Amino acid sequence: MKRAPVLSFTDRGIYCPAGDFYIDPWRPVDRALITHGHADHARPGHARYLATAAAAPVLRHRLGDIALDTIGYGEARWIGGAAVSFHPAGHVPGSAQIRVEVAGEVWVVSGDYKTEADGLCEAFEPLRCDAFITESTFGLPVFRWQPQAEVAAEINGWWRASAAAGITPVLGAYSLGKAQRLLALLEDGPILTHGAVEATTDVLRAQGYRLPQTIQVTPELDAKAHPGAIVLAPPAAMGTPWMRRFGAVSTGFASGWMQLRGVRRRRSVDRGFVVSDHADWAGLTEAIRATGAERIFVTHGYTEIFSRWLGECGYDAHIVSTEYAGEIAESGEAE
Amino acid sequence: MKRFARLFRAIDATTRTGAKVAALADYFTEAPEADRVWTIALFSGRRPRRAVTTTRLREWAAERAGLPLWLVEECYPIVGDLAETITLILPSASGGSDQSLSDWMAELMALAALPEEARKARILAAWDQLDRDERFLFNKLITGGFRIGVSQKLMTRALAQATDRDEAELAHRLMGDWTAQTTTWHQLIEAENSAADASRPYPFYLAYGLEEAPETLGDPADWHAEWKWDGIRGQLVIREGQYFLWSRGEELISATFPEFTRAPDFVPDGTVIDGEVLAWAEAAPLPFNALQKRIGRKSVSKKLLRDAPVILYAYDLLEWQGADIRARPLVERRALLATLVADLPPDAPLRLSPEIAFADWAALARTRAGAREAQAEGLMLKRRDSAYGTGRRKGDWWKWKLDPLTVDAVMIYAQSGHGRRANLFTDFTFAVWNGNDLVPFTKAYSGLSDDEFREITAWVRRNTQQRFGPVRQVTPEHVFEIAFEGIHESPRHKSGVALRFPRMARWRRDKPVQEANTLDDLKELLRVYG
Repeated sequence: MKRAPVLSFTDRGIYCPAGDFYIDPWRPVDRALITHGHADHARPGHARYLATAAAAPVLRHRLGDIALDTIGYGEARWIGGAAVSFHPAGHVPGSAQIRVEVAGEVWVVSGDYKTEADGLCEAFEPLRCDAFITESTFGLPVFRWQPQAEVAAEINGWWRASAAAGITPVLGAYSLGKAQRLLALLEDGPILTHGAVEATTDVLRAQGYRLPQTIQVTPELDAKAHPGAIVLAPPAAMGTPWMRRFGAVSTGFASGWMQLRGVRRRRSVDRGFVVSDHADWAGLTEAIRATGAERIFVTHGYTEIFSRWLGECGYDAHIVSTEYAGEIAESGEAE
Repeated sequence: MKRFARLFRAIDATTRTGAKVAALADYFTEAPEADRVWTIALFSGRRPRRAVTTTRLREWAAERAGLPLWLVEECYPIVGDLAETITLILPSASGGSDQSLSDWMAELMALAALPEEARKARILAAWDQLDRDERFLFNKLITGGFRIGVSQKLMTRALAQATDRDEAELAHRLMGDWTAQTTTWHQLIEAENSAADASRPYPFYLAYGLEEAPETLGDPADWHAEWKWDGIRGQLVIREGQYFLWSRGEELISATFPEFTRAPDFVPDGTVIDGEVLAWAEAAPLPFNALQKRIGRKSVSKKLLRDAPVILYAYDLLEWQGADIRARPLVERRALLATLVADLPPDAPLRLSPEIAFADWAALARTRAGAREAQAEGLMLKRRDSAYGTGRRKGDWWKWKLDPLTVDAVMIYAQSGHGRRANLFTDFTFAVWNGNDLVPFTKAYSGLSDDEFREITAWVRRNTQQRFGPVRQVTPEHVFEIAFEGIHESPRHKSGVALRFPRMARWRRDKPVQEANTLDDLKELLRVYG
């Protein structure tokens, strides 16, 4: 007799019939397992939430008073007939891949992931499985990240050169994850933050993530009282009147999309730094190989191209239509 | 190439013009002279001919990267630049190279004479010894136009800064028929009477569109008006018994228009005339599509010469009796021009673009309304005492074009753009109704704001019905107002019409698809304006 698949794809999200739960659903459900706190994965309106203990503070900060149960990395738990565990995805602090085992068959939902250890969030853990559900935000061979240390040197060099020229560098980055990762890469010096960045940073700092001291930009703050400072701001604040207080600025933006000259020029920033919390081409293909899985489901990103490539490499690859956004090439805070 | 790559990084790392100019000026001071000349050549559109087809480049890059060709082809529209796509997919270089820009240019030019296998070997070897930025520049040099965010004007300004010479004088020196192989830094920039290049044109003076009411220009008596012709802006240079016809894009188009072969017989040496090349019948210009048949042809058949003969409709005189008279007032230049043209035989392919007399701005506005009947796009307004300037300047010259024609059309196909518009859907095909069918009739690329392009891009992604390579068929749902300058019959198009300068004037969110215009509406426009 043919068994029901471990996970199925519904119009509410990824569903596990054996455990009667959803993973990162986009419509309200009774029980939601959440990979991480970005808005396209953690939505309001579910009756019950389950996430890693490390992701919990950000989820509460963003979604308010929710019925949230937590679980440690690697801790196994039975939900109905499914054995469930959460494992580091290396995407942002607290992010997880979710492993679901039913009657000896293992499926893994990657959520969003990156394979390079960034020194701040829990490092990606390869998992063996029968079926792997992967993102493909940067699933093209033109996306190849340079080692983090090299980008860090570029950013710090830009900071120093701007400071020496009496110009304030303003670096744009998403407020959950990317901003803190950049904070951890910056050398010593005064760091000013936009309120949106500061709020999330506060939450993570209170949790024990090691982050440098920052000064929040408030209407009362005298920007000139912090010579040589770098400013961290969310993409939506770039180019707005909010930036006028800093006088002459050099603008930078940190994102995987900065690999493409056209995208950087369209954003009209001076400097683009290629820093992504998603896996690059090599990261995706290597992570998939390491799972040993034969069936691959490709969710958000360059799904058509990436799944065709996987098919040519001998995988049983399928495209799954979801409402996850990945890292967006255009402005906006959604990730 | 390392120094040139450093220049590129400096230019590319800033959006401020001042910083770009400074980086270029440094380069023009420090780089070896041969490299400087090549840099000037590249930024003024003097790239050597392409020695390798882009198809081969894609194939070789795919092979080197160990990727199937289709995957490289899929990446290209997303990156929006072939040189960059290739740069990004290739494995890291295993060596380095200390060759200069001019060495690499020599290498590139030598490729053309080699058999294909040897070319491939050279290119693969180059890729393997250039770092990322160098490789990108190298690929830019072999593929399309060398555009990396530096205009000729910006480059000339930097050159002026570096050499302490007058910018307008340098702009003039850089005009004409030189190449990096045939000149030196000294000849090009420093030499007095620099090689006395007989063919050298003057930089064109360009006008901005008039946006305010003409009354803001002041006393009508200070202004000279004439039709704004819809042809090819051209500069006719007569020196040393020869003629040279230059287009505004600084292309030598003498061979395309042999009508002017006789010009040195009746125009004295040391004369340079600015005017409009127009297809001409008897006493009036023909519509632009008659001229269209002549554009880009190197050899012209007798029949074509008969069907669409051209003239230069002259409107300014820049050089007279060997002297540069651009600084003299327009009225004086026009008076000399009028005398010159009056002495010509009646069948000479050179006529004076007539002045339009007007008493006040209201009268001129009435004249302007009749521009289409005169085969003109509108009016030109020039201050009577103005000098002939360099490049596009505000103040003395204005173009006062007719309001464009418009049609409300339905978007049916979308394609992503290039360069800065990569990854955005910016190139659309529009259709009008013919009964229950939508008939495509034009493409348009411009006119929307960045925000609107972003919005429509997100919509296209969600509403793609079918893909044909890079082209997506979308649900017919959005109506756009298409503005254009002219319409004419075209048997090559399914709709039977072709438009001049179509662009999106507005996104008609208020209009349901059913209310878009029809093919009959287009035919009516063709009847009235075609």
